[in-house]
Amino acid sequence: MLNVALPKGRLGEKVYAMFEKAGFECPSIKEKNRKLIFENEEKQVRYFWVKPSDVSIYVERGAADIGVVGKDILLEYSPDIYELLDLDMGKCKMAVAAPKGFYDDSERTLKVATKFSKIASDYYSSIGREIDIIKLNGSIEIAPILGLSDVIVDIVETGVTLKENNLEVVNSILDISTRLIANKTSFKFKSKEIERLAESIKEQIK
Amino acid sequence: MIDEKILKNEEKAIFSLRSLYKKYGYLPYKMSKFEEYELYIRNKDFLVSDRIITFNDTNGKLMALKPDVTLSIIKNGEDVSGYKQKVYYNENVYRVSESTKHYKEIMQTGLECIGEIDLYDVFETITLAVRSLEIIGEKFVLEISHLGILSAVMSEISNNEIFSKKAIDFISQKNAHDLKRLCEEYEVEDADYEKLAVFVKSYGERKQVLEELKGVCLGAAKQSYDEFCEISKMIDECEYSDNIIFDFSVVNDMNYYNSIVFKGFIDGICDGVIAGGRYDKLMRKMGRKSGAVGFAVYTDLLEQLQNKKSEYDVDVVLIYNEKDDKIKLKNEVEKYIENGKTVSVQKSVTSNLRGRETVYFGKENKDA
Repeated sequence: MLNVALPKGRLGEKVYAMFEKAGFECPSIKEKNRKLIFENEEKQVRYFWVKPSDVSIYVERGAADIGVVGKDILLEYSPDIYELLDLDMGKCKMAVAAPKGFYDDSERTLKVATKFSKIASDYYSSIGREIDIIKLNGSIEIAPILGLSDVIVDIVETGVTLKENNLEVVNSILDISTRLIANKTSFKFKSKEIERLAESIKEQIK
Repeated sequence: MIDEKILKNEEKAIFSLRSLYKKYGYLPYKMSKFEEYELYIRNKDFLVSDRIITFNDTNGKLMALKPDVTLSIIKNGEDVSGYKQKVYYNENVYRVSESTKHYKEIMQTGLECIGEIDLYDVFETITLAVRSLEIIGEKFVLEISHLGILSAVMSEISNNEIFSKKAIDFISQKNAHDLKRLCEEYEVEDADYEKLAVFVKSYGERKQVLEELKGVCLGAAKQSYDEFCEISKMIDECEYSDNIIFDFSVVNDMNYYNSIVFKGFIDGICDGVIAGGRYDKLMRKMGRKSGAVGFAVYTDLLEQLQNKKSEYDVDVVLIYNEKDDKIKLKNEVEKYIENGKTVSVQKSVTSNLRGRETVYFGKENKDA
């Protein structure tokens, strides 16, 4: 039985469609209910919906054999997993944004508000800038407006939220997209199924 | 005689592993719980975590509760011409747990072969690693990589340390897509990317991996490649050869390890339970001239293997009354034990203890 952790939401549904096409269908997943686990005995596959940021935990700990997760989460938590494919979906950028007209005074410690403290620290230490990280869990955009931070490090998709809050991107840190990951032990013992699935998905994204 | 039923998975494994290592002439290595802190600071990259519990000894010296055993074995040994020190250990080490972020006492078993070692010793270590896996679980895989091949090919492609470090990370993640992007970023030629991609894409059956690697290992990597072929031939003759595969995603720290490295997996345990390899570079760093090979078994992970959960805590819950004859009660208990049953003597039935059967001792209790 192949256990698959999918991120709840639109992205997860899109990814399921690819898995279905690859021959790992599980019709019950389309039923409208609040169930979180779905199984197709015949195809030997079990799907479960989890919070997107938790997918890598399920996979690293072996509760799921494979999963689908954003590169942002992989960089932030560095789980010990195999990263098998870039699904070329959910594309966005990790960027530094600041209020329009922001000037970085290098004599002061830069206050950075973010959900991604590791990515932010790695980025600023790579350019040798001293910072003070303010870890937030949401509504990051208001931090510089209220003077809580100088800049934010966050995911930028369209840039509309930034614009509406009078912020703009000052530096791009890296490109983000969705990845197919596998648990290292599962990859040893279920390699045929995982390879078959990955190969078929690779064909679909070509 | 030890009743095996009462042993936990990890306890059973430790006994069997000790007996296995002893058969091959490995001697037990016993050491103090403490070690001078300086030893670890000089070699902190070798440790799984650099967080160490320290304290001042009565003479003011800064000491540590040992987070590792290998460093102590190397430090306390000496190079003797023609001799190989073969030891196994079974020790508690103190590390920060990755999940709880607090210090944890971890039982670790392992073996080291230190001295004028050659390919035979590497082969013997691999054999013992795979037999250790067989003791621990039913389905197991030992995957082997050769850092000599990887570092030779890498140095032919680029001398940039940052590039090499990132490329090796991607190889360890089987991440061909980001490896390609990295090569583009560092203007590495497509042909060289293809060489590196072989290390990601080629894994599994040993002969096939060797065939796929052939074209990549023509230059500086040739010597290591030949060694890899030789070890593969030796493995062909080994009892569990089908369980031993080649996989370059095993990348131990190249500052310490060289040549052959390996990792062992058991179905049902989410992380590798055995890790080891040849670590001549660590020996040099610690001023030793000879070579070394060894591995550790992370016995703490074995609790992930599901024991059949018992429905009962004891076979018999024997309920007595304070007025009962204590000698007769004791005799009754002995009778059950002689019949191979476990007995818990209690004053009343409680939900804290699950007995297969509940027996009331004496008439008074029966009426109660």
